[in-house]
Amino acid sequence: MSAIIPDVIDHLVGIRPGSSLDRLRDQRPQARENAQKSYVALFHPEFPGDVTALERYAVAAFVAGLHQQPYVTNFYAAALQKLASAEIVDAIDAEIARSSAKGPYGRYPQGPLTVEDEEGLDYEVSPDHRDRLGSRLAAALQHAHLLVLHPRDASPASLQKLLDAGWSTTDIVTLSQLVSFLSFQIRVVAGLRALVGAFAVESTDADFVQIFTGALASGAV
Amino acid sequence: MTETTLSHPDNREPAAFTQDELGWLPWLEPFPVEELTERHWAGLVDASRAKSPYFLLLARDPDVLQARTKTDKDIFYNTSNGLPRAERELAATATSRANGCIFCASVHSRFATQYSKRRADLQRLLDEGIDVDIDPRWNAIVAASATLTKTPISFGVEQVDALREAGLDDLEIVDVVNGAAFFNWANRLMLSLGEPTPPGKTQPA
Repeated sequence: MSAIIPDVIDHLVGIRPGSSLDRLRDQRPQARENAQKSYVALFHPEFPGDVTALERYAVAAFVAGLHQQPYVTNFYAAALQKLASAEIVDAIDAEIARSSAKGPYGRYPQGPLTVEDEEGLDYEVSPDHRDRLGSRLAAALQHAHLLVLHPRDASPASLQKLLDAGWSTTDIVTLSQLVSFLSFQIRVVAGLRALVGAFAVESTDADFVQIFTGALASGAV
Repeated sequence: MTETTLSHPDNREPAAFTQDELGWLPWLEPFPVEELTERHWAGLVDASRAKSPYFLLLARDPDVLQARTKTDKDIFYNTSNGLPRAERELAATATSRANGCIFCASVHSRFATQYSKRRADLQRLLDEGIDVDIDPRWNAIVAASATLTKTPISFGVEQVDALREAGLDDLEIVDVVNGAAFFNWANRLMLSLGEPTPPGKTQPA
């Protein structure tokens, strides 16, 4: 396994040490440090339990793909490619394409909010890919899709499907944290990139323009 | 080992957004208090959280829980500069309203009311939803939080410009982004690992 990137959010946004955005992030040093520690605990865990690295990166590549942020998707897809066969990688890519949707949607408990219910895809992995990925990973992808796009539809039955597919209670906590953490990390990256972009548009802050054009040059945008 | 989900057939889940104090019941067995190790206690951060079924369930992966909690605290409690606490709680409430997390919205609308003294405005956000018209600054924070909550990602320069026009500086914008992004983490855990209970029924998570 290659060395752990010291700050993945910086890496994905393109923040350089000493830049204005670096100094802004430093105003919340605990949040910055612990966002990274969360990433490390999920993707380079000291105590991995029974959730494999392949499962962690396969779900991450899938979750990133649903968010359609190319730089984050590429990052997790590249990590998965180091661990998984081309068959698995292709199956994940195909399932991202099959299951893309606009969220958040879902239903509320019956009552005054029922008028706000929004129907959407109740996703299942294709039978072919289920065979290729195995029922345990397929169940994780289905649960990840629920969490990313329509978390208010969650129920004990959703968790039972994971238990039935071989996920323990502790595994489910790890899986839930992984998907939910990525929903955070991807949005922090999107927000900070938008801020970088707003600076670049103004073209008054050479520091930010440098970051932005650097990111463009690296093909990350 | 056979593990099952927990069900609560007698619970009547709240069916509307509210600022009342709700409880929360887990759908999976929390980690047994009597078996907590040093590493679990470190994961809980505050010993008082061992009373909460939500945190005891998350304590099954203590390293992630510890990092999650410390991220949360700095985003919301580090108010030496940047966005006022009330408006960080507003971002959390708007995000929870957009995702549909009745429990999270109840906690953070209460905090927003406590710090802003604007209970009626918070209640309108809960009742009318994220398109509510409050005032230009709050509208911009609500809209930015709700846009950042969408999947696929559609948050961009336009939202940053709108926050600036509403008077937010760059650190305040980072605080909105952090607050809304964090609740996209918290809402998913709260919504998918258990269910809220009506006011006064069980202890709050």
